[in-house]
Amino acid sequence: MASSRQLMAEPTRVAAPASAGRHPGDAAGRAWLRRVVVALLLVTLLLPLLPLAVSSVGQGYFFPQVVPETIGLRALRLILAPGAETWPALIDTVVLAGTVTLVALVIALPAGRALGLYRFRGRHTVEFLLLAPVLVPPIAVAIGLHGALLRVGLTGSMAGVVLVHLVPVLPYVVLVLAGTFANLDPDYEAQARSLGAGPVAVFRTVTLPAIAPGLATAAFFGFLVSWGQYALTLVIGGGQVVTLPILLFASASGGDTAVTSALAIFTAAPALLLLAVNAWAVTGRAVPIGGVR
Amino acid sequence: MTRVSLTTTLRDERLRPWVLLAPTLIVVGGLFGGALVQAGLGSVRPVRGAASSGVTLDAYRALLADPELPRSFALTVYLATASTLLAVVLGLGAALLLRRAAGRSRLVTAAFQLPLPIPHVVGALAVLALLGQSGLVSRVAGALGVVDGTAQFPALVFDPWAIGILVEYTWKEVPFIGIVALALLRSARVREHEQAARSLGAGGWQRLRHVTLPLVLPGVLSAAAIVFAFTFGAFEVPLLLGRSFPEALPVVAYRHHVDVDLASGPQAVALSLVMALIAFACVGAAMALARRRVRRD
Repeated sequence: MASSRQLMAEPTRVAAPASAGRHPGDAAGRAWLRRVVVALLLVTLLLPLLPLAVSSVGQGYFFPQVVPETIGLRALRLILAPGAETWPALIDTVVLAGTVTLVALVIALPAGRALGLYRFRGRHTVEFLLLAPVLVPPIAVAIGLHGALLRVGLTGSMAGVVLVHLVPVLPYVVLVLAGTFANLDPDYEAQARSLGAGPVAVFRTVTLPAIAPGLATAAFFGFLVSWGQYALTLVIGGGQVVTLPILLFASASGGDTAVTSALAIFTAAPALLLLAVNAWAVTGRAVPIGGVR
Repeated sequence: MTRVSLTTTLRDERLRPWVLLAPTLIVVGGLFGGALVQAGLGSVRPVRGAASSGVTLDAYRALLADPELPRSFALTVYLATASTLLAVVLGLGAALLLRRAAGRSRLVTAAFQLPLPIPHVVGALAVLALLGQSGLVSRVAGALGVVDGTAQFPALVFDPWAIGILVEYTWKEVPFIGIVALALLRSARVREHEQAARSLGAGGWQRLRHVTLPLVLPGVLSAAAIVFAFTFGAFEVPLLLGRSFPEALPVVAYRHHVDVDLASGPQAVALSLVMALIAFACVGAAMALARRRVRRD
């Protein structure tokens, strides 16, 4: 991503044009119109989630009712019941995404440093090659790896699924960290070293605090990319690793619309929560989370 | 002895970045490269019990002979092209609008990004609940008396034009393109050039056409390449919202993969490999184009 660094740039307020319209009333009218269009845009983006929410609480929700005749928590109670399949699926999804993120961060930390701080021949080639796994259809990667993982007994296991999730997650984490390291001044580390700090102390007291926001963003990316995976988990997990997307898909082919809708919201909720946290607290930057799919 | 040379290697500044990159390159290369090599080998391996031995192109021949495959290919290219165009035009428009109207409002920016972290399986089900024949729009039409029953509502999902799939992709990818474009629009480079153009007397439309768009297009083009590659290879959305004929290429590959017929396995990997190469070629071309534009400007 040639522009990965620009993407991480702090958005700056653009000075409002001094003379947007020839008449002052004209300008005010246009600004008002723009606000209406923005509101419409946001409503459109929220709209698809509305019918899911409605149908998750509907009972006997038949055409052409717009609002269900009876509103009830039957579906929610079913998916949140103590013995429901939701809970093991939630645990699988969290353990999977957490492990993938952690492994990816450890591997990506030195790589991000290399791409962010060093100018060397072949850097652009490496960046393009890192994008390659993101661009190739996940189903193709999964089918290609299936034979090899089958032979070493990793299909149908959590370990195998962690491995294939690294294919889309690792490049994103590396590229985010590269953007973070590009803003790090290595002179601070050199100063700490000259004052007698060892490598661990330098990392803990100088490097880590400086890259912490980027590290959080990278972890956020990685977690969500893994969270939403379907094709890779389906092919390599072979029905043994049941994550929330897998469970949701099975439910969608099952027939109980209310339960499927409730499960869909449940599957999306942590992602939305994380997005809110990221948008408000962690960085407040315009971070593209395009890797999340 | 080895220890000494290892430390010297680590100290060598020219080798340093490669040492740091090694774990990532090994993992990505091993897994991703491994997948491609495995697919390549698997696609030319003769099926057990077949007459031929050594290397065979039977899988590719079978794919070429498949009368349904051209239509699947056309559908997949159509889906990727249409959704990328929609995402770029609407995303860029939204970014231009948000820059003027939203200012720094985090709430608006956060709301704009809302679809991004939602898994595509959820997005597809949401589109089904919105646009399906017993979806919310159909119900509103029914309640208003516009349609008489679910069958009268036009098929927007499982339809020949794959509208449901396009809506899902557009919904997810407009914020992606928009956020990329917004970050570029808010950069100091764009702002300074716009101010210079204004001081030289350029009007709003002239500034947009000759200054702003040329500056943000290369970055947007890279993002568009990612969208194209994704929509070209996505599997779960056409599986949930597409018709059973023709099916998108990733779905065809998966069907071959789970088919019990022994000859199907090599066809699945062969098709996977072909899809990977097509995705690569398209993105490589787009990136090269973007780079040329940057150089020219």
